[in-house]
Amino acid sequence: MIETRSLRTLTRRQLLSRGVAAGAGLVVGSGFVAGSDAAWAAEMDAMKPETFATLVQMARDIYPHDKVGDRFYAAAVKGYDAPQEVEFAQAGTDMLDDAARQAGFDGYRGAGWEADRVAILRGIEDSDFFQRVRGGLVTGLYNQKEVWPIFGYEGESYSFGGYIDRGFDDITWI
Amino acid sequence: MAAPFEMTDDNVVVIIGTGAGGGVLANELAQKGVSVVALEAGGRYLPQDYVNDEWESFGQLAWTDTRTTSGDWRVAKDFSNLPAWIVKAVGGTTTHWAGASIRFQPHEWKARTTYGEVEGANLLDWPIDAEEMAPYYDRAEDKLGVTRTNGIPGLPGSNNFKVFEAGAKKLGYKEVHTGRMAINSEERDGRMACQQTGFCFQGCKWGAKWSAAYTDIPAGEATGNLEVREKAHVARILHDESGKVTGVEYFDTDGNLQMQRARVVCVAGNSFESPRLLLNSASSMFPDGLANSSGMVGRNYMRHLTGSVYGIFEKPVHMYRGTTMAGIVQDEARHDPSRGFVGGYELETLSLGLPFMAAFLDPGAWGREFTTALDAYENMAGMWIVGEDMPQESNRVTLSDVEDDFGLKVANVHYSDHPNDKAMREHAYRQGAAMYDAVGATRTLPTPPYPSTHNLGTNRMSERPEDGVVNRNGRAHDVPNLYISDGSQFTTGAAENPTLTIVALAIRQAEHIAGEMNRGSL
Repeated sequence: MIETRSLRTLTRRQLLSRGVAAGAGLVVGSGFVAGSDAAWAAEMDAMKPETFATLVQMARDIYPHDKVGDRFYAAAVKGYDAPQEVEFAQAGTDMLDDAARQAGFDGYRGAGWEADRVAILRGIEDSDFFQRVRGGLVTGLYNQKEVWPIFGYEGESYSFGGYIDRGFDDITWI
Repeated sequence: MAAPFEMTDDNVVVIIGTGAGGGVLANELAQKGVSVVALEAGGRYLPQDYVNDEWESFGQLAWTDTRTTSGDWRVAKDFSNLPAWIVKAVGGTTTHWAGASIRFQPHEWKARTTYGEVEGANLLDWPIDAEEMAPYYDRAEDKLGVTRTNGIPGLPGSNNFKVFEAGAKKLGYKEVHTGRMAINSEERDGRMACQQTGFCFQGCKWGAKWSAAYTDIPAGEATGNLEVREKAHVARILHDESGKVTGVEYFDTDGNLQMQRARVVCVAGNSFESPRLLLNSASSMFPDGLANSSGMVGRNYMRHLTGSVYGIFEKPVHMYRGTTMAGIVQDEARHDPSRGFVGGYELETLSLGLPFMAAFLDPGAWGREFTTALDAYENMAGMWIVGEDMPQESNRVTLSDVEDDFGLKVANVHYSDHPNDKAMREHAYRQGAAMYDAVGATRTLPTPPYPSTHNLGTNRMSERPEDGVVNRNGRAHDVPNLYISDGSQFTTGAAENPTLTIVALAIRQAEHIAGEMNRGSL
């Protein structure tokens, strides 16, 4: 999904040596963004890696779940890495960086603490950019089947014969 | 074998829509030997087709054709083109409904008399009453196989119900049980028992929940008297110089305009599409829309006040395991103005999967206040409020400036809460939160109303022609061979989920129509 063939062939060391740390948890390299542990990487098709890293950070700051890894946020915003979306994403992240600089930071990702970044987001939350990114995350993040187990949601049960013998009434603490 | 009828056959009853109203009416008429053509805007999906995935199923079944919204309800802001969560398919929203099947309380048929005058509300008594409806409720409960009626046992209690029940009992509520549900607790009518699979909203893959799609519709087709035309989008109802309707124009599945002649037309497209169709059928004889001399077509839109309460606990609940609506508290359904409002409400358990919880818990919200609630999804219990909202003339369906793919004006849905609605919702939020608090909730969350599934009242039934659109039989006051057969004929909404009453009214209307045809007066 996010990990691409060409990057997967790199060792962790090779990958990290080709990029620079870009705020908590992210490494930006030429044509890719990776987790700082190199456990995942996203190769860019159309977007500048810095822009993508900003979008990933923004996605986490909008819907922060500490048990959900960056790769899920990256997957949720990967759709903007497309020719028809790049301009929208670039203009939006430029606006976000400007807002951060006005608040005294070196761009959005330069604001090291979540509280500072959230304050910046509050300042632009009525913008079309923010609202579209936020709205897209509702499905882009929470409709990834891979994140459901993190929340304790088991999804469909029909193929297992329903929950009738799988705990629909197994509560004991009440 | 489905009967094929000629477009020129002017002896058929044309029914527009195949949900709880239209689908049941079609079968009931077909069983009596009446020729029926049912026009359904959606396609046909059966249990093997249903998808147990919230968004994918929504894409398959939901009515997502554009509608527009206005008014101060939050749905107009958060879901501006999706005022309703209803289904576009053979069987209509009986595919999606959760199955709660409860009768109106006797006084709810006489809301104006019982509640008195409520400022800003357009209350009216139904022209029918509990005694008259009782035998039709009996037949509806038997048809739907409603638990706790006809000797059918109740469904077993799920985790979500057990939390709900324990909280209710702590508060002293007495009428708490796993509901009167049109979901088989044991095999019945060739349909199997519930397997507690969840996803009742996405269509029951076992067929344990009653849906017209796989009960009444095929039963009607088997008589040879019912032809269902799928993906038939009705544009206009036609009439002659005498003011009687003569046929229906619709776009077929290939987008070609067709005209089916009719002896009788029954409109059952739900409370948005039914008034929209009457308004789009305006003519020189009916300049304000068909059957609209009262000006009431589209007015008095009701949606139940709704809202949800979710409780978060120290330990897991797994509310999504099992039936979506797993139980009910009925103690607050009574009319007791000492609570600060007229009418009453039901509390019913509800659960959403994680994807829909993210979309509906607090639409538009973000940040840790929101995400910490979702982090506790596994430990959440949920309930839905179903309460009587006030009919208001200004809450209405009108024609929008926006046109659909066929060039037909779409429905605009305008809704603002009445002060009684707000007072009742606040009361229900408090009681729901108190139930969960009583059994150790660490956090409770009030959730705003979802896009509406209980859409009612926009072609209401009235004794006097100037007060409503149809008479006691659902027959248009202005047009003798035009009927309304869905929830839009509701005079008031009552506190109960509407499907059982829609079905009972359809059974009754079929008897009336067949009788009138036999007497030669239709």
